[in-house]
Amino acid sequence: MSRNFFKSKQYATSKIYRSKPQELRGSDEEKPNVPQGIMTKCPGCSRVIYTKLLIKNNRMCECGYYFRLSANERLVMIMDEDSFTQIDQQLTTRDPLSFPGYCDKLVRLQTQTGLVDGLITGKGKICGMTTYIGVMDASFLMGSMGTGIGEKLARMFEKATYEGLPVIVFTASGGARMQEGIFSLMQMAKVSAAVAKHSEAGNLYITVLTDPTTGGVTASFAMLGDIILAEPGALIGFAGPRVIEQTIGQKLPEGFQRAEFLLEHGFVDQIVERENLKATLGAFLKLHHKEDRRNL
Amino acid sequence: MDLTPWEKVKLARMPIRPTGLDYIDYIFDGFMELHGDRLYGEDRAIVGGLAFLNDIPVTVIAQQKGRNTKENIARNFSMPHPEGYRKALRLMKQAEKFARPIICFIDTPGAFCGIGAEERGQGEAIATNLAEMVMLKTPIISIVISEGGSGGALALGVADKVYMLEHAIYSILSPEGFATILYKDSSKAELAASDMKLTAQDLYHHGIIDGIIPEPPGGAHNDHEFVTSQVKELISADIDELLGLSVDDMLERRYQKYRNI
Ligand SMILES: [Zn+2]
Repeated sequence: MSRNFFKSKQYATSKIYRSKPQELRGSDEEKPNVPQGIMTKCPGCSRVIYTKLLIKNNRMCECGYYFRLSANERLVMIMDEDSFTQIDQQLTTRDPLSFPGYCDKLVRLQTQTGLVDGLITGKGKICGMTTYIGVMDASFLMGSMGTGIGEKLARMFEKATYEGLPVIVFTASGGARMQEGIFSLMQMAKVSAAVAKHSEAGNLYITVLTDPTTGGVTASFAMLGDIILAEPGALIGFAGPRVIEQTIGQKLPEGFQRAEFLLEHGFVDQIVERENLKATLGAFLKLHHKEDRRNL
Repeated sequence: MDLTPWEKVKLARMPIRPTGLDYIDYIFDGFMELHGDRLYGEDRAIVGGLAFLNDIPVTVIAQQKGRNTKENIARNFSMPHPEGYRKALRLMKQAEKFARPIICFIDTPGAFCGIGAEERGQGEAIATNLAEMVMLKTPIISIVISEGGSGGALALGVADKVYMLEHAIYSILSPEGFATILYKDSSKAELAASDMKLTAQDLYHHGIIDGIIPEPPGGAHNDHEFVTSQVKELISADIDELLGLSVDDMLERRYQKYRNI
């Protein structure tokens, strides 16, 4: 009896990262939007919810409010059990401008969050279909894109191009990594270039825009998917709402730059509820499956 | 002339500096402007058209600041809407069809931030230009003539050769915006300008651009002919070089140029 207990406990917490179970600790300490403690107050309806219940419900409140997910939580939710292998796990970003305080900040965040940077990439299966997948994590410097994230994405697209496999990217980012200056800007060109090559070779690319997706990420790989999905209520835009309000000197209308607004204006294919996301991705992967594809 | 980064920022923004149309007038013959994105509208923040460079037909695209207040308003201070980027892309695809080299002049504080720009997909327009320009089967040369502001500049800046004028700047964000975000104090823009490494000399040192075009003493506005004749010489030589490459070689070099940053 005790053996069974240990066994189930062991696998319950390390479904994807069997070899690296410590990664599942996630990043709950950092984020204002992520529940902490035994009880969590919902910003949508002000109800107080058991955090355990919330986590079990993929961090969705009954009122329809979506809490942000960490990259690890997202992978647990989306990938087939035991199918995910991370790539470039230890690839760290650079400090190309020797920006004052940046290195220390990175080390502190890595310790706090257990993440190397704001993106996990890898390969695995969704509903039995093999795909490359990248998931951004807004708890790490707002998921801002620097050289580390740019390099990881470019490598993943190049691998997927070589193997003839699809790529799925979950975006969650405030945009550019300011501390890396012009190098951060150039990652937009670098990743877009890798996406273009992957696309030219006839491969499928799906983006799932989650809260928040803005700035240089929106103006590059987020908007380049063959299929663009979004989570309900996600903030998606080029300029941030505050910058726009300052520029035009007026308040923005309700719902501006939310996923539903983008759908209405023709920039998103579907808004998909969290509980349907895995099945939806699986269906799109099946629609694009080629029998003769190399499955390396 | 040794200027601090902040002095360069101020110089690069001076309205007396030569604008895109000044370069077009001096460098090319018989410029014919083409308007509209064929989707929504005409964005006067970006000028595009056809001309001869020496005897070669080329496509020219320039972000255009106004030379007076009235023109600045008409050109939205050279802050393009999605239509501007889509017009630029339309003309670039046309250049590819007719095997014309493309020359882009970059001069913008950034892509416009506003309600219409968001409704019509500013992010999508820029993203599409980046991905398309990487694959375009014709030579592209981009020159930052004064201000290269963020994604709004990069959307015309994915090229085989990228240059900056000696006192031009190119950055992820305005120094004022950068100071607000990172130092929580917009008055620290001068410090930001130096920390950001946004001068032509910095970008060349970091391998982001291919070369720096010298300006006359005091800046480009003091001698248009001096600056434009150097630009003409440079792009003429580049086009010869690029037309000598096979398309595959040219595209592989262009890919690697960004892949290695
Ligand atoms: Zn709620």
